[in-house]
Amino acid sequence: MIVAERKPFDEIKTMLAGCRKVFILGCDTCVSVCMAGGKKEVGLLASQLRMSFKKDGKDIQIDEDTVERQCNREYMELVLNKLQDYELVVSMACGAGVQLLADLSEPLQILPGVNTRFIGMTPKDGTWEERCRACGDCVLGETGGICPVTVCAKGILNGPCGGTDHGKCEVDPEKDCAWTLIYRRLEKMGKLDNIRKDFPPRNHRVQSHPAKQVHEVYKGE
Amino acid sequence: MAVSFKDALQSGDFIVTAEVGPPKGTDIAEMKAHISLLKDKVHGINMTDNQSSVMRLSSLVGCHIIKEMGGVPILQMTGRDRNRMALQSDLLSASVLGIDTVLCLTGDHIGLGDHKEAKPVHDLESLQILKAIRTLESGMDIGGNPLKGAPKFCAGAVVTPEADPIEPQLMKFEKKVRAGAEFFQTQAVYDLEVFKRFMDYAGRFDVKILAGIVLLTSARMATYMNQHVAGISVPDSLIAEMAGAPKGGALQKGIEIAGRMIRQIKEEGIAHGVHIMAIGKETAVPDILQAANL
Repeated sequence: MIVAERKPFDEIKTMLAGCRKVFILGCDTCVSVCMAGGKKEVGLLASQLRMSFKKDGKDIQIDEDTVERQCNREYMELVLNKLQDYELVVSMACGAGVQLLADLSEPLQILPGVNTRFIGMTPKDGTWEERCRACGDCVLGETGGICPVTVCAKGILNGPCGGTDHGKCEVDPEKDCAWTLIYRRLEKMGKLDNIRKDFPPRNHRVQSHPAKQVHEVYKGE
Repeated sequence: MAVSFKDALQSGDFIVTAEVGPPKGTDIAEMKAHISLLKDKVHGINMTDNQSSVMRLSSLVGCHIIKEMGGVPILQMTGRDRNRMALQSDLLSASVLGIDTVLCLTGDHIGLGDHKEAKPVHDLESLQILKAIRTLESGMDIGGNPLKGAPKFCAGAVVTPEADPIEPQLMKFEKKVRAGAEFFQTQAVYDLEVFKRFMDYAGRFDVKILAGIVLLTSARMATYMNQHVAGISVPDSLIAEMAGAPKGGALQKGIEIAGRMIRQIKEEGIAHGVHIMAIGKETAVPDILQAANL
């Protein structure tokens, strides 16, 4: 899933300065799971903003709603009409959601309410860890299900750098060295030969930006 | 000692290399003084590449100056700040300038240096830089395009003999050997018994190993390295020896220890040579060599 974190309250409040009618639109998919921009967080932010502006003696109307998935056109069409009367909309979705909303609601001003951070998983409640760089050329089958491109701070493919120490990373002694983890897991699997070969430099062409993908069935449409 | 580094490696002599860091700025007076001090006493001088991720004068220009001054440069090259195009371009440039020895490194992480917000590149890691060198020598770049004139290099790499765990380190060492590394300069070694065990293994390969010697300047520095520098383990006995040095005599004690270790490595034939890193105390290198009877 996409992991995001809400922008600081003061930053959001500053973005809204001078506005009279604002809409906050949440997304109930990834950013809801990581407690940044789902229904609950939208409600909380809207209440905080109302209270804060009221305290400042400012008259501002703040309305809210949350859609199932802001990065999907079908879901977005259900709310677009509702947004037309507002000066601006704060989208609590990831960067992809913010952009689809901006495309569909042009020329409405759309502001991001979260910072989109990474593709991650949830090792335990309330914690998210980056585990995929979307590099477009997956090597997990060879590295024991541990991604060197993501988990190694340098993203190197041929074994540890000289900065690893007692299984930890030179960048942060709290972080595990990806290559020690990979080595140990493959050792248990009896598959160390997987990484004894040389991995060539990564092909960055498969990750050219902006990437686009069209399913076979939809090609030619 | 202006013999090419490759010739020096093949001569069978006990090899000594030292390290000079380029300045942060355009004042090269101190760097030149260090080169001048070392160039006739060692077989090669490493010029560091934005060492510790701190932005400085380029290692390529530093090597050019070593060459101009009649020394033998070893170009350190990391993959942290340049992508494969810039690295290959610099390798061709080095060759044209007569710089023919390269040490291939992955590079410290950018977050450890003085431009923490910069974008780390890491398009090629140490092994892949080594392989790029061998490809360029074949007359092709790593994109498969023909070159008009191919370079020829003596290529080396690094290894950490006291890494814990050691197995992943040795796996990478073997990859570097297979990729054609001709010499290795090791991370600092202090426990020669541990280093001998590494050499029992590494001695099986047809490469020259230069043991890393980092000059100890105080007991505090030794303790600090044990706690903060990966792959370095200074034994308690050496820390005690440093702590026991008379007031103002710690540097002298460090020189004595480094000289003693080099002497032992040479006399017992433990390694093919040494790589002396006198970080910030380059002027002490001649004293270390004297203490080592070299």
